[in-house]
Amino acid sequence: MTEIITPKSLKSELEIASASYYQRWRLIKDSLARYAIVVGGWAIIVAIVLIFFYLLYVVIPLFIPASAQSIANYSVPGGDKGKTMLLAMEEQNEIGVRFTDRGGALFFNVKTGQTILDQTLAIPADTKIVSFSAQSGGEGAIAYGLADGRMLVAKQHYEITYPDNVRTITPSITYPLEEPVVVIDPQGVALDKVAVGIAKDETTLVAATAHKLFVVGLIRTKSLFGEGKLERTVAELELPVENIAHVLIDQELNNLYLASERGELTQYDIRDKSAPVLKQQLTLIPEGQKITSLALLNGGLSLLVGDSSGVVSQWSKVRNEQNLSSIIKLRSFKVSDQQINFLVHEQRRKGFLTVDQQGGVGIYNTTAERELLKLPHVVHQPVAFTVAPRANAFLIQSADGQLHFWKVDNEHPEVSFKSMWSKVWYESYPKPDFIWQSSSSSSDFEPKYSLTPLVFGTLKAAFYAMLFAIPMSLMGAMYAAYFMAPGMRNYVKPTIELMGALPTVILGFLAGLWLAPFLEENLLGIFLTLLVLPLSVMATALAWQYLPKSVRVNVPDGMEALILIPVIITIVWLTFALSPGLERLFFNGDLKAWLNNEYGISYDQRNSLVVGIAMGFAVIPTIFTIAEDAIFSVPKHLTVGSLALGATPWQTMTRVVLLTASPGIFSAVMIGLGRAIGETMIVLMATGNTPVMDMSVFEGMRTLAANVAVEMPESEVNSTHYRVLFLAALVLFMFTFIFNTLAEVIRQRLREKYSSL
Amino acid sequence: MIKQWFKSGSPWIWLNASAVSMSLILVVGILGLIAVRGLGHYWPSNVAHLQYRDKDGQMQDITGEFVDSNEVSAQRAKDAGYAATDIGDDLEVEQKLVKIGNRELNAMDFRWLLAKNIQKEEYPEALVVVERREYGNFYGFLVALKASGQIVANGPNVWEAAQKSIADTAQVFKEIKQLEKKEIGAINYALERLRLKQRSLELKNQWTDEAKKEIAAEKSTLQTEYQSYQSRLKQLYAKGNEQSLVFKTGDGHEVAIPVGKVVNAFQPNAMSVFTKIGHYFAKLGEFLSDDPREANTEGGIFPAIYGTVLMVILMAIMVTPFGVVAAVYLREYAKQGFTTRLIRIAVNNLAGVPSIVYGVFGLGFFVYILGGNIDQLFYPESAPSPVFGTPGLMWASITLALLTLPVVIVATEEGLSRIPKSIREGSLALGATKFETLWLTVLPMASPAMMTGLILAVARAAGEVAPLMLVGVVKLAPALPLDGNFPFLHLDRKFMHLGFHIYDVGFQSPNVEAARPLVYATSLLLVIVIVGLNLAAVTIRNHLREKYRALEG
Repeated sequence: MTEIITPKSLKSELEIASASYYQRWRLIKDSLARYAIVVGGWAIIVAIVLIFFYLLYVVIPLFIPASAQSIANYSVPGGDKGKTMLLAMEEQNEIGVRFTDRGGALFFNVKTGQTILDQTLAIPADTKIVSFSAQSGGEGAIAYGLADGRMLVAKQHYEITYPDNVRTITPSITYPLEEPVVVIDPQGVALDKVAVGIAKDETTLVAATAHKLFVVGLIRTKSLFGEGKLERTVAELELPVENIAHVLIDQELNNLYLASERGELTQYDIRDKSAPVLKQQLTLIPEGQKITSLALLNGGLSLLVGDSSGVVSQWSKVRNEQNLSSIIKLRSFKVSDQQINFLVHEQRRKGFLTVDQQGGVGIYNTTAERELLKLPHVVHQPVAFTVAPRANAFLIQSADGQLHFWKVDNEHPEVSFKSMWSKVWYESYPKPDFIWQSSSSSSDFEPKYSLTPLVFGTLKAAFYAMLFAIPMSLMGAMYAAYFMAPGMRNYVKPTIELMGALPTVILGFLAGLWLAPFLEENLLGIFLTLLVLPLSVMATALAWQYLPKSVRVNVPDGMEALILIPVIITIVWLTFALSPGLERLFFNGDLKAWLNNEYGISYDQRNSLVVGIAMGFAVIPTIFTIAEDAIFSVPKHLTVGSLALGATPWQTMTRVVLLTASPGIFSAVMIGLGRAIGETMIVLMATGNTPVMDMSVFEGMRTLAANVAVEMPESEVNSTHYRVLFLAALVLFMFTFIFNTLAEVIRQRLREKYSSL
Repeated sequence: MIKQWFKSGSPWIWLNASAVSMSLILVVGILGLIAVRGLGHYWPSNVAHLQYRDKDGQMQDITGEFVDSNEVSAQRAKDAGYAATDIGDDLEVEQKLVKIGNRELNAMDFRWLLAKNIQKEEYPEALVVVERREYGNFYGFLVALKASGQIVANGPNVWEAAQKSIADTAQVFKEIKQLEKKEIGAINYALERLRLKQRSLELKNQWTDEAKKEIAAEKSTLQTEYQSYQSRLKQLYAKGNEQSLVFKTGDGHEVAIPVGKVVNAFQPNAMSVFTKIGHYFAKLGEFLSDDPREANTEGGIFPAIYGTVLMVILMAIMVTPFGVVAAVYLREYAKQGFTTRLIRIAVNNLAGVPSIVYGVFGLGFFVYILGGNIDQLFYPESAPSPVFGTPGLMWASITLALLTLPVVIVATEEGLSRIPKSIREGSLALGATKFETLWLTVLPMASPAMMTGLILAVARAAGEVAPLMLVGVVKLAPALPLDGNFPFLHLDRKFMHLGFHIYDVGFQSPNVEAARPLVYATSLLLVIVIVGLNLAAVTIRNHLREKYRALEG
């Protein structure tokens, strides 16, 4: 037994002794727990980062510019069957159609160029085609003007069936009128320019001959039994200007626009097809330029004018103060240096696509005033161009007989920094303005996503809330932390903290259903209280000085708040009781009407005053608690020193304590502000939720948070509206993030400072 | 003298004191307002029978309860449509709000009356208040009880006969409800599951003849069961709608009300104070345990209480472990420094993020992304209708768990920081591992702090509405999220919530005036719950402080 126990073997023996299953399990458990807890801790960081990045992830696509890629090139189907007059595509981007100058309609597969259907339209053999036109948007009608004063009207039709659960689209040509060919000019003069508009039961045909203008209305009268018959009206007018180059009918078939190449525009009101009324004539472009293309923006409220200098301008009917409407240029886009050959509007949105002479394609949105995409030289010499109904693809034909099919990814053209934050001149608005109006019942509605009124409303609500909350909570905090009797403080602090725990939905409900009507009835009472209360508190304080000493001695120091409770209740009750009399005496019995008559201030029942009080109430406890903590934890030797040097308690408070605690107080206000900005339910219930921009205390507002709460459930996932609402949430998040981080950093600094004192 | 006084700063101190007094008055005032309005609603107040001269000078008989009264200026009274001759030279006139009910005869439930035009005001004992399932309250005199059009009772015995008939019919309707909700509901649920099963088999290409037969057999059993319930229901309905009560209103109209439509009929003017107290508590019980009626403006709020409680429980189950783990990490494991500082700022930020942002996040991330993917993976058979890809109980609970996480973290951390170092060191010195120290000594000592955090979290979650509006709350849920149908807890269902109920009934109901008392009562319940939870948290916190003060000493 002389074996020396080496340290190594000692260790191993110890290991054997303790390495029972249990011991090992203990250590494993310990390290497992360590990992689990570290992971859990980091999960918090991940959570906040996730919230931020998820919001960002939803918002980012708004600002990604459009993109396009070439999908297929092929030679024009049926290239030997005439020149292309019009290209068109159907909804699903599977089938395209080419109308030729010989009256043929060739349906082809968009991806391969394979001809699916080759049909010749029913054009009478004894005449010639002189003009062509397609309806602007919607029904897909086309018209051929013939040399003998007749017009052919046809429609593309796509039948969708699902044999064996596979979508199959069958194209065909239909004739919407009783006869394919309609006589327009009984004299038989060639129709130089034609236009067609088809609505539900109504068709309008317009044709210009060398000297005359014809407006033909065909209305299908409904009869009780079966199909009605077509009723026809014809109006024959003199041409307003020579050389008509463009004829357009809007979607509702209410307005007719004629434009000459030199830029003279004539607008007719054709609601009564038998008697068109000439409304306006104006010149759209400067001398020396030419109108090369003209289109209506979706909805038919604006005209898009493309000229030979490469500028596209948007013109819209605007009503002025005298309620007279005139056509005014809203904005213009410098698209290219060449002339614009094709100008096509999107069918669902307020956007358009241009093709210039050298084949450069541009995608634009009018509301956002945004150039979304510019593709230089897609083809060499463009001869035909069309955009898919959903604006997610286009077809362009070049002079060398090639067709190019491009896909476009352009999900959110309506949003730009400008459309969200600065004034935008919307269609049929008298002037540029900040408007939030995200949805409407009509499909050709121009969405108005200006976040400015919402941010304004948010800040306004927060401002009035803080106006009420800051003095109340800071004064309260000063008193509670420094002057109040400790016994009382033990009860007061939890009570005020309890205030913060009240659900905001209850505060909002009381504000909307109790406070708002109460304020409306007692407006004068509220203002009087604001005036009288501080004065009467001072008076009480003064009176207290003169009370006999025996009474004062019996009340311990720091009980002023308790003494004031009955005083305040009495004063408030008195003011409210007296105010109707005063109102009768000075304001003819109705302060609101008086304000309106004298100063033109209108009164909204659910207004900023209500929100200010209700939300102020919700914010007071937040500010109070933090500020009180900051004041209370000011080191005692500072205050004691100040008092010892002969300062009064009030001087110590204002000159020493407040100064020392000011960072803490600042952070309390910041956190309170953050809370006021993000508060939802109170604002939702206590304001009218109208997005107006008016600083008046008697007007309501709509805040970012309330807006999200109201509109989010109805917005379509991943639509522009949805993403804009996420942006609003992100803005809120950023606001509070900045305020809270600032407050937290200041607070941590303060804590370090105190510990060093 | 005055100058001296100002210099002493005393007036400013008083002014500061007034801010505290104002805050206290506001808190107590608001709680008082809710309590008075919320509790007062169910008191069976007397019903008056009035002779009223209307603005044309005609005499009218009006029955109803006085609800409110105020003084208005002469001008406003004129604007409100009172006759100028009635107002006379008075500067102010008193008007009274009367709830006149009888919605089938009157356009409005409420009517303002000019106080001085009330010629006669009496409280006849025979006046009956009828609470109905539809059309709100009815006020009138009971004339007869009819069964299948034949008069069964009238004269002096009619009241007793009517009471008995109402009680019997209530029994019948209880049975009907049981059948419709429980039995037939279960059959419908089973049928839906069969449909999903079939679809799922089809998707997996296992829709064999055998399976077809099996499902068809199950379906036909369910169908037969359904038929038998249906015929039983038919009988019950016939029985329930057999009898009707004939009333005469104050102004002489005769109205027949089927007994099946009556919830309750009572004669408040004939009731003694004690009967009224009994009636009051019965009504309170109904409020807490019944389903809502009439677009939520009447009846009880049971589903809302149920939904709130269930959501809060689920949230608590999720938030507690995460919050505690995070707090333990921050206090016990992490090296104090930049990282912990960063995490603390993050936690404080989480606490300050507006609740609606959580709602937006929950809707986008949990519902559409997580829920959408869960549906694709696990519930392909129910497409295109979503299961978890739509707002529901689970997502609401998770969203609120995220929202209340900071509360739990902060409270737990505070509790951990109060535990003296000596205790941990003692445990470690005895050979315990770090985890054992934590698990066996530190966490048990910190458990009251965790409890405080949890209670505060629950209080916050119970009162939060804005995010719930996006992630799962509805105004009227067809079924409770926890019921007798497998798998019992339906996390995908939408639910009702007290806070949202207040918002919905108070602001989106067609008859806000009539619903207002109910909103106050609901608010009172919510306030009691939340104030109670907060007080509990404060008590625990104070208790805890005392305990550790002793330990430190």
